[in-house]
Amino acid sequence: MLSRVANSIYWLGRYMERTENYARFINVNFNLMLDLPPDLKEQWEPLIMATGDHELYKSRNLSYNMQEVIYFLAFDQSNPNSIISSISKARENARMIRENLTKETWEKLNETYHFVNKASNEKVWKKEDPRDFFEEVKSQILLLYGLADNTVARTEGWYFRQLGQYLERADKTSRILDVKYHILLPSADEVGSPLDFLHWMALLKSVTAFNTYRRLYGNISPSGVVEFLLLNKYFPRSVFFCLKEAEQCLYKISGANGDGYTNSAEKAMGELRSKLEFDDVNDIISSGLHEYIEHLQIKINNISNKINDNYFQIKDNFASQTMGQE
Amino acid sequence: MKVNHEHQHSFYDEMYDEHQTLRDHYSSFGAFIENTSAKKLNQLQYSADKAQMAMGMTFNVYHDKEGSEKILHLDIIPRIIPGNDWHKINEGLKQRITALNLFLQDIYNDQKILKDKVVPSDLILGSKDFLKPCMGLTPPKGIWCHITGTDLVRDNNGEFYILEDNLRCPSGVSYMLESREIIKRAYPDLFNKLGVRPVSDYPAKLLEMLQFLSDKPKPKIGVLTPGVYNSAYFEHSYLAQQMGVELVSGLDLMVKDKKVYMQTTKGLEQIDVLYRRIDDTFLDPQAFNPDSMLGVPGLFEAYKAGNIALANAPGTGVADDKAVYAYVPKIIKYYLDQDPILHNVPTFLCREEKDRNHVLENIADLVVKETNAAGGYGMMIGPKADAEEHEKFRQLVKSNPNNYIAQPTLSLSTVPSIVDNKTIEGRHVDLRPYILYGSEVEVIPGALTRVALKKGSLVVNSSQGGGSKDTWVLY
Repeated sequence: MLSRVANSIYWLGRYMERTENYARFINVNFNLMLDLPPDLKEQWEPLIMATGDHELYKSRNLSYNMQEVIYFLAFDQSNPNSIISSISKARENARMIRENLTKETWEKLNETYHFVNKASNEKVWKKEDPRDFFEEVKSQILLLYGLADNTVARTEGWYFRQLGQYLERADKTSRILDVKYHILLPSADEVGSPLDFLHWMALLKSVTAFNTYRRLYGNISPSGVVEFLLLNKYFPRSVFFCLKEAEQCLYKISGANGDGYTNSAEKAMGELRSKLEFDDVNDIISSGLHEYIEHLQIKINNISNKINDNYFQIKDNFASQTMGQE
Repeated sequence: MKVNHEHQHSFYDEMYDEHQTLRDHYSSFGAFIENTSAKKLNQLQYSADKAQMAMGMTFNVYHDKEGSEKILHLDIIPRIIPGNDWHKINEGLKQRITALNLFLQDIYNDQKILKDKVVPSDLILGSKDFLKPCMGLTPPKGIWCHITGTDLVRDNNGEFYILEDNLRCPSGVSYMLESREIIKRAYPDLFNKLGVRPVSDYPAKLLEMLQFLSDKPKPKIGVLTPGVYNSAYFEHSYLAQQMGVELVSGLDLMVKDKKVYMQTTKGLEQIDVLYRRIDDTFLDPQAFNPDSMLGVPGLFEAYKAGNIALANAPGTGVADDKAVYAYVPKIIKYYLDQDPILHNVPTFLCREEKDRNHVLENIADLVVKETNAAGGYGMMIGPKADAEEHEKFRQLVKSNPNNYIAQPTLSLSTVPSIVDNKTIEGRHVDLRPYILYGSEVEVIPGALTRVALKKGSLVVNSSQGGGSKDTWVLY
């Protein structure tokens, strides 16, 4: 497959996943706020912190109220990670490689793009309860995944998209977990309080993990939730699961025969996957969850760079040409 | 829904004769339209619009500040061509393409037609579209113009005329194909009943033609696009997808030892045939325009060495110049010793003194065109322009006569079209069939019918407010 095409498919996977996760971010925070006791102020700052877009947000001199945060994360075209930016970039990548997509996939993606644009024109962020919009974005992306699952041949292109999707999801699940770190409880005594539990529950619900968690762990405990979202071997949004799948994609792409890594991307991926495979949740918490998550995100970025070096960079006597996206 | 016959008398209408009776080949369809409510027709039109948007059947408009994507409006009333009319078009186009191909082979090699003074040498050798690097070249299988999209128009008497030979990289074929899919949904039962000839095998025929150009048993084929911002990008990706071949840009390709390779995730892979949708002079910065960012350095050397086939061959542009157009009847006579089956629109060459004087005196009645502009740019329609505009073009013609031709204002035929969801009125149309030249010359039984949506307008170009119609060629 053409390197340029592989590059676009990989980023198509990442931007679609990013779109869906931003919709999830906003809904989780909305749900969290609904559970606050009446005397407590809404907290939207943690969401900005967790997405990693806080520098840009600060430079805008915006306040952390709901409308401005939602606008910034969903509809601000100058925020490169907002829903509208991500879906536009997903579509732009799809447009560049349209001949490699099934007709249904392209048409559905195109429709989702128009749907988000329409919502933007209608200023959805000014609505009192904009959750419907975010639910719909989620559904549309999930529909696209379903379409792909049932129509796309399992050849190289499929694995590049899956690779992008799982790496992006690993990063975003870790960020959703980080929202909890940034949310302030009224006082230290509240750790383990009903309010604290409500937060953890909302978090699980935001990644459609609540029921599965209940079945596997029973009681809600911070270490349980952290273990579930970071290290669980079976839940398709846990960081470990995503890395394991992404690693398999790399092996499918290179055709490696199972005797270990064959290039620097596989090496970096294997290293991180095995670290998570053997890490213990209690160690993670005692040495600092936030720091652990930050470290994880740096490693994931590094893997993405290695994928770029191995598959997308124009080599040989080609004129040097950057195809970087982020 | 009633059809408004106002103004119809002065033009040839494809659907109704001068007594406002349905022509035979339109009888079933016309009855359907007359018996279907306005509401139902508007619904069909709405569904067609929606389908186009969902398919992303968009084109980019140059010089347009607001958003770059537009839809080419597809009017749901088809243009129907009966079998006997088509027979003549079919034969005429085959004849014309065969002759033009011989002409190209000749002017880049022996130049007999120039030596015999049938076509003036300076017109060809002085043309900016005459590519000197192609001198002495015979492309694979001796074919120059593999894909042609000839523009035809129909006058008051119902006679078809050739308006333009588009031998470079004619676009629009994807609209012919996708429009058919959309219109089929609107009239599922009429297709069978009328006997509409299918066009859906065009991509298969195109692929076959491209494969024919290489001697390898399984040649690697690609569509070469300038990229996603090109106005016809939709078509490039569509054709690549339909043929199941690679869509490549200049960045994906490199030339090594006079062979062309694509950069893949598994290293370099040789490519044998390119359906290139990049203009001649942008193909290779080493051979032509050094500023080109779109092309592939060394591509022309690889082509000369016979290691890559290019469709269409570089250099074809010289033969679809509007001044050369005037000589095509002579070209047909010269190479085939036949009279042209399809006629040219009478053309005044401003390079000839007699013609020029006629043009300067009668500019208000003529259409003046730049010889090598396309897309409806650089032209003036005399009867629609004011005195100031006339004078401007008089000066342009005087200062650079070689650059202009003029033709009488054509009364393009009309086809009833839905206007503003309210009425059905005749709108002017042209016709662009597509011709493939592989193991033989084949005219695809369908076409892009472009329609000028503005009342009375004769400009059908998509970049200037034109729309399209599905074209039904009957058995």
